[in-house]
Amino acid sequence: MTLRDVTASAYREAVSALAVSAVGGLVAGAVLGGMRAELRAVPGLLVLVPALLATRGNVYGSLGARLATALHQGLIEPRFSTDDERVLRAIAAALSNGVLTSLYAATVAFVALTVLAQPVASLPTLWAIAAVAGVLSGAALTVAVVSVVFLGYRRGRNPDTLVGPIVTTTGDLFGLAFLVLAVRIVVGGPL
Amino acid sequence: MSDWTVRSITRAMLPVLLALSTLEIGSGLVLGSFQSTLLAHPSLLVLVPVTIGTAGNLGSVLASRLSTSFHLGTLAFAATDDELAGNALATVSLALTLFPVVGAGAWLITAVTQGTDLALPTVVAVALTSGALLAALAVVVTVVATYAAYRFGLDPDDVVIPVVTNVCDVLGVIVLFLVVRVLV
Repeated sequence: MTLRDVTASAYREAVSALAVSAVGGLVAGAVLGGMRAELRAVPGLLVLVPALLATRGNVYGSLGARLATALHQGLIEPRFSTDDERVLRAIAAALSNGVLTSLYAATVAFVALTVLAQPVASLPTLWAIAAVAGVLSGAALTVAVVSVVFLGYRRGRNPDTLVGPIVTTTGDLFGLAFLVLAVRIVVGGPL
Repeated sequence: MSDWTVRSITRAMLPVLLALSTLEIGSGLVLGSFQSTLLAHPSLLVLVPVTIGTAGNLGSVLASRLSTSFHLGTLAFAATDDELAGNALATVSLALTLFPVVGAGAWLITAVTQGTDLALPTVVAVALTSGALLAALAVVVTVVATYAAYRFGLDPDDVVIPVVTNVCDVLGVIVLFLVVRVLV
């Protein structure tokens, strides 16, 4: 292939997926742009945002990849059942890892801002926000990932190629929307 | 793989999650350092997730294409290699075409939801400049990471994509910070 062919095919293969995820990113940005009151009310919250969003992506991307691999191997059935302990354990691990990592990120942010003598909310406030946001966005992302992977597989799609786009487009949006809700639950404000 | 227990999944994942979130707190601290500018100009705040996300995506798409070419044996680490140069050129072209639209979108969303705060050309210029710089950085990081994986005998699929995605996240915030300081 010539340089021009390689460039054109690489561009064409990627452009639609990137455009869809950019639209998702802009919607998430609209939520972030609308949460200036919360960012002012909780000093240090903005410092936590990249870590919380990356954790959602890493944890639920991995849950989706794990379910996709298990479907391919015939270890699980593509329908949700409370009897399938394997799937339930994978979900429990994702939720607990997500919440633990969020609590850890809140602690690191608190320590870093205290050392830098920057304004920061109290550690229990940051912990409560990180935990509530972690549980709520985790529940929403679990439903999104499990249903897209199972439904996609039943309709003959490769679940491996569905996981990335669904997590990147819904992860930031759910992550930020439930962060706003968590701040309002913890420090007060209109729900 | 087949014995999924909460304990075994946690043992495999938690150390990586904690390391990556420590790295991400670094980018959060950069973000926090220009919080007052971001709060004064919500259209810049709207740009934050999409800039970080698109930078990570550009890196991960390039990384997975280079990994595949590498496995197929069609890749040579030389500037004259068409496979490498073409993929790098495509990454930069993707950034140059997507980021102006992203900037205009961020301006429009802000105008509709909370009124305009910066002129449309300013927001488009911030998005385009950040995007162009990030594409160039994504190419360098990805090529270096893929080459390093190859030299150390590691499978680029396992190492390169997570490293590139999270490094591009951090670079996304730093580049946005520098561009905003110069242009706004």
